[in-house]
Amino acid sequence: MITLEHVYWLTGLMMAGVAIVNWRDRSNARRFNNTVFWGVYAVTFLTGSRLPDLANGFLVIAMVLVASIRGLGQGSKEGATREERDESARRWGNKLFIPALAIPLVTVAGTILFKRINISGAPLVDLKQVTVISLAIATVLALVLGMIMLRPPLLAPIKEARRLLDAVGWAAVLPQMLAALGALFAMAGVGNVVSGLAQRWIPLDNSFAVVTTYAIGMAVFTMIMGNAFAAFPVMTAGIGLPLIVHKFGGDPTVMAAIGMLSGFCGTLMTPMAANFNIVPTALLELPDEYAVIKVQIPTALMLLGANILLMNFLVFRH
Amino acid sequence: MLSLIGIVIVVIGFVLRINPLLVVMTAGIATGIASGLGPLEVVAAFGKAFITSRYVAIVWLVLPVIGLLEHAGLKERARTVVAGLHAATTSRILLAYFAVRQITAALGLTSLGGHPQMVRPLIAPMAEGAAENQYGELPQSVRYKIRAHAAATDNIALFFGEDIFIAIGSILLIKGFLDQNGVHVEPTQLAIWAIPTAISAFVIHCTRLLLLDRKLRAEVATKIEKA
Repeated sequence: MITLEHVYWLTGLMMAGVAIVNWRDRSNARRFNNTVFWGVYAVTFLTGSRLPDLANGFLVIAMVLVASIRGLGQGSKEGATREERDESARRWGNKLFIPALAIPLVTVAGTILFKRINISGAPLVDLKQVTVISLAIATVLALVLGMIMLRPPLLAPIKEARRLLDAVGWAAVLPQMLAALGALFAMAGVGNVVSGLAQRWIPLDNSFAVVTTYAIGMAVFTMIMGNAFAAFPVMTAGIGLPLIVHKFGGDPTVMAAIGMLSGFCGTLMTPMAANFNIVPTALLELPDEYAVIKVQIPTALMLLGANILLMNFLVFRH
Repeated sequence: MLSLIGIVIVVIGFVLRINPLLVVMTAGIATGIASGLGPLEVVAAFGKAFITSRYVAIVWLVLPVIGLLEHAGLKERARTVVAGLHAATTSRILLAYFAVRQITAALGLTSLGGHPQMVRPLIAPMAEGAAENQYGELPQSVRYKIRAHAAATDNIALFFGEDIFIAIGSILLIKGFLDQNGVHVEPTQLAIWAIPTAISAFVIHCTRLLLLDRKLRAEVATKIEKA
């Protein structure tokens, strides 16, 4: 059975390749920092499941110190010039889209098909992680397709991965770090403290104020935690169930559905949701790392307003 | 109250724009110590949390093939295709992508998109190419604005589409949590009550996208005047 662990090995091999290509690139003044950063990251993928927690903790600290104090660099060699790419684009035409579009299509097909494929009674892939494993399989298939079609040098994919990953830099690891922080917040009971504070401040006798506080609380707490999934249990246990449902007789289904979506409005406005908001600025080579958040804020605020009105109107509709 | 120290550190760190990896690690260690763990226990807890969160990084596996295709001219081809469509404008391309992304997400097909695999190699170059068609060579600030809009379109369409699909993570989380608290709800009902917000998101964001062409035209004009 293919499990997440195999996908981690693949990712670890890619990171190790990126570290080696960096090590050999003399055009990058900080090449050793990059080598250590991606090399240690590779170790966390290849052996992380078997190392003791403490060893993993020190590996993470090493990565953070290299990235923040020593700093990462970028090689100066450009992959291909604009003219070369224009020429190649003319030659290949729309065929270039085939491997690119194969990634999402195969991923979707995998999530559907793997649920039906059994080999001697056991599923082919770990069904709990079917999306992530399908994505990994799709990228491998797309890469094979691209290699057969374009016939580049054998090491080209890893060199290209290095170019893109160094362009993203430390931001590539930020979403994972934030997920880890969320786990520590949960362990320390940060959520209960916050909902306790919120309860002390709202006027309890006005249903409009309570619903509004719940929706805004979802958005704000999501901004702090970077994730609406972390905010939902806290706000719903603290405000939603005791006040909206039990005290004012609101419909829990409407409250939960619109409450979660109010949290998503918060996701659009916070650097803590790094994979949605910070990573794209690195991927798209934007100088302002808050550029995507700034574009999203007007939509997020208007939609939060709409959610507050919708919830007030729909939750007590009986 | 002491356990809130991590939040304080994160807010200060992000405001002062200190390296976020350092900020997050410091916040994690401070939170652990505030909740009574010893120094080595905190390091171990952070290491464990980091290792169990590795699935977040799987998306980087797309980089070798995307890089390979970019080297072969994928972005340039995306621009050329748009240049052949005379009706294509930045607004219309992003609107079309918003609609497709939101509808497919609502059908549970959330992986038909994403920043490394769709926005960077395809959507952003197409949106930029359409603006180039209309206004010629673009000022750098306009390019940045179009790219930021391309990323935002992917996020907003995904967030407010996926909750209409009954087997998505957030709906399962809601059901699980409410069950534990003795309140029983139906996933299909949760999905139905996500629709009013999904429609609002479509109306609000697509109105902003419709106005984007006009804003870009004005911005290009002022930049050219200045130059």
